[in-house]
Amino acid sequence: MTAATQTAILPPRRRQRFADSMRVVLSSRVAVVGLVIVLFWVVVAIGAPVFTKYDPSKDQDYKALDQAPSAQHFLGTDHLGRDVWSRVAYGARTILLLGPLSVAVAFLIGMALGLPAGYYGGWLDEVIMRLLDALMAFPTILLYMIIISALGASPVNVVIAISVGGAPGIARLVRALTLDIRTREYVSAAKLRGDSAARIMAREILPNCRGPLIVDFLLRVGYAAFYIGTLGFLGLGLPPPTPDWGGMVQEGHARMMANPWPVLAATGAIVTLVIGLNLFADGLREETMRYQ
Amino acid sequence: MNEVPILSVKDLAVSYKTRKGQVDAVRDVSFDICEGENLGLVGESGCGKSTVAFSIVNFLGPNGFVSNGQILFKGQELRGRSEEELRKLRGADIAMVYQEPMSALNPSMMIRDQLAESLVIHRGMKREDAYRECEEALHRVYMPDVEGVMKRYSFQLSGGQQQRVLIAMAMLNNPALLIMDEPTTALDVTVEAAVLDLIAELKQKYRTATLYISHNLGVVARVSDKVAVMYAGEVVEYATTKDIYARPTHPYTKGLMRCLPDVDAPKGTRVLVPIPGRVPSPDQVPAGCIFAPRCEHRKDTCDVGRPQLLEVATGHLVRCSSAMEWYAQPIDAAHRIPPPPSREAPPVVLDAESVKTYYPVPFKTVKGLFGMEKRRYVRAVDDVSVTVQRGRTLGIVGESGCGKSTLAKTIVGLEPLRGGKVDFLGIDVTKPIQKRSLSTIRELQMVFQDPNGTLNPSYSVGDQIAESLKRFRTVPSGEVYGEVVRLLRAVKLNENYYHRLPRQMSGGEKQRVGIARAIASNPAMVVCDEPVSALDVSVQAAVLNVLVEVQQQHDTAMILISHDLSAVRFFSDDVAVMYLGRIVEIGPCEAIYSPPSHPYTAALLAAVPRPDPTLEQKNIRLSGVVPSAVNPPSGCRFHTRCPFVMKGVCDVEEPPVQDIGNGHKIVCHLPTEQLYHLNP
Repeated sequence: MTAATQTAILPPRRRQRFADSMRVVLSSRVAVVGLVIVLFWVVVAIGAPVFTKYDPSKDQDYKALDQAPSAQHFLGTDHLGRDVWSRVAYGARTILLLGPLSVAVAFLIGMALGLPAGYYGGWLDEVIMRLLDALMAFPTILLYMIIISALGASPVNVVIAISVGGAPGIARLVRALTLDIRTREYVSAAKLRGDSAARIMAREILPNCRGPLIVDFLLRVGYAAFYIGTLGFLGLGLPPPTPDWGGMVQEGHARMMANPWPVLAATGAIVTLVIGLNLFADGLREETMRYQ
Repeated sequence: MNEVPILSVKDLAVSYKTRKGQVDAVRDVSFDICEGENLGLVGESGCGKSTVAFSIVNFLGPNGFVSNGQILFKGQELRGRSEEELRKLRGADIAMVYQEPMSALNPSMMIRDQLAESLVIHRGMKREDAYRECEEALHRVYMPDVEGVMKRYSFQLSGGQQQRVLIAMAMLNNPALLIMDEPTTALDVTVEAAVLDLIAELKQKYRTATLYISHNLGVVARVSDKVAVMYAGEVVEYATTKDIYARPTHPYTKGLMRCLPDVDAPKGTRVLVPIPGRVPSPDQVPAGCIFAPRCEHRKDTCDVGRPQLLEVATGHLVRCSSAMEWYAQPIDAAHRIPPPPSREAPPVVLDAESVKTYYPVPFKTVKGLFGMEKRRYVRAVDDVSVTVQRGRTLGIVGESGCGKSTLAKTIVGLEPLRGGKVDFLGIDVTKPIQKRSLSTIRELQMVFQDPNGTLNPSYSVGDQIAESLKRFRTVPSGEVYGEVVRLLRAVKLNENYYHRLPRQMSGGEKQRVGIARAIASNPAMVVCDEPVSALDVSVQAAVLNVLVEVQQQHDTAMILISHDLSAVRFFSDDVAVMYLGRIVEIGPCEAIYSPPSHPYTAALLAAVPRPDPTLEQKNIRLSGVVPSAVNPPSGCRFHTRCPFVMKGVCDVEEPPVQDIGNGHKIVCHLPTEQLYHLNP
């Protein structure tokens, strides 16, 4: 057999795998609803310049402060005369960039700690897990506040805070999965091939953790959106005038009786995104469980 | 017999509603069970045996229903009864025993409360009276230490004891009908033999009608009076046990018989004929004869119309259009002349000397945590010596928990050695696998037990075999694909399997890929850890044949670990019998299977269910369980269960090694003379 025939056979397999995973998603109604909501925000974030007429920060219309929704301003304006819809749309960009990014960093840390802890066991496991336990002993929001007040409010620091706060939980999950998978016979078979421990963890164990990890990732992106909002509300999020959902609630909540629109729009955005991610993750989990 | 049968099933059909529409899992099933009669329902997995049982007690689940036929219990129709009526019936008149005793008992309830529950609830008995009755029920099933067992929880009992509790529970209300769904499949042979004895005896004593479901023809031969062979949801042959074993007629029944390794046939004298293909899933049943696609006698007429049940002799029904023809033909004995022992003493490949594998027991006290207590060890393998020669197979047998798998893992280097020496091809392989050189690793490979765990679910079959080829550089990188295909062919799989994922394959196919992966590096020795235990009989034959072929072609030395003495005899040249981490008997295969024998070997042999109801079965039965390997019994480790134990000798002194000659050694106190008569 030549290499040419090999590559000729490969692509349909990938396509089949993609089709397989799509079937899993589509067979759950809950997951589809979640996916539609999430995709809505993704489209809004990507196409924000197209969907909005105003710049979220610079276009301050002093003649139209605190306005209710109108043809001009789809969701009204805030106390500085900025278009609420623009701020929500651009805010989606922030949250959909920072959320997945911080969770991804958290996953890298968590996997780097959880895999060896579960695979080797013994004192290494003890040391890693006790350190993570110590980190987990802090209430999450308190931990974020400590980190951000120490480092200062900036997008990078928000990512650092959320990844440090999320890593212990991920490490625990990865460790538990590793403990189970390392006893499987294909891991023994890899050892009988002379594979190194690192290779076994990367090639034999990690790929088989992907189901629960994907679900966990989605849930955590939801929580991250929620926490980024909370930090913004506490004034520890992104420095103004960056459009930020949490920041919008914070700016608007004192004047809510006079003008509820900025607050309603921002909270509505957070709520729908988090619910969408949760539904998607739940549906996926249910469907992958049934699949097994 | 003119009496009304206890259970009479007529033209039963069971269907399931699925996403794809209605699927018929069972069709045209008819049988009768009279008082004191045991009907065996046999067939491969996926044949609808359990579905028949569940339809009788209406446990089909929310999407299953009886779509046709009658289920008459003592002449009364059960179909269409209300859930309430059926529930009462199930408690009082119909009882069921399940396959997994562990999951059938509630681990958070004491045995006595679980047993008493039905008496207290269904019959309104007082708790004390119920307990007394339960004790009696446990006595009836010969439970040792009844008072103790009553106050224990299910996880504190052994598998055999749990199954006894379940049988006692089923027998509590003296049911008219007892349904047993593979009650001994999860048990060790020795325990299975004792449970089968019990089932046979209860039938004699209480005249209970029994529906006995099993995939094991040997087991059914021992307990059943009548046998119904099921295939893909239909009964294909129905006759008395004697008739069916003397004159198996349907090609499927014949196929099942021919793929069984025979515990009485030496290596090389039998050919196992596997049934090709697999049971069709219920939604893809062929239009004509359901067995036609797998039948070697298939004719064109077989594809047209369902064959009816033909009566080939009185009470012997066969669903095959050529039944009369087959009935006249006795089963073609697939025997062959064993190859002459060609070479004198082939070179030794593996020489393991006094191997010890201990696992530390975790400390339970605070003192232990601070190192103030002596560490205790599970002595899984304790001083075992074996040698394996080129081109030959060493079989290792024993009950579960005797350390045979640990020995295998120790030899290949997956478990660290605690003591002793292992010499492989002249190289010292005492060190664990991480420290062995790649050239040593490639020569010593392993086939694993669990077909579902042996392959990584994330990669295709071809990629996993190719991985080994690349790692060991067996072939130049340009030829990897061709070599994988060659290996797949060697294990009787075709090229299309290259891109299959493990979940798209059956257990037997996965196991064969496991073999292909093990022989990819062209090893000098392959250790097979229970390679066929998890497979259906028809599939076992195919896997065993592949192993034999690999050995003949490459002169590979093999170790076959199994609790199945028939499989070991089919494939082994030498056999070692292990008990509690020690070898009690070792020698050439033929010597092990004939006298003189160690009492333990004799008991194992007596316990093997043979597919021949006319055979007088010997009655050496072991009681109890394998003791803990943390505190092995003093003296001879087997003395706690040995029926021939000599007080004052066996429990004090280490037994001597008796050399019978020709490499046959028995470790026992009994005089050699007596060992000759244990296994006549």
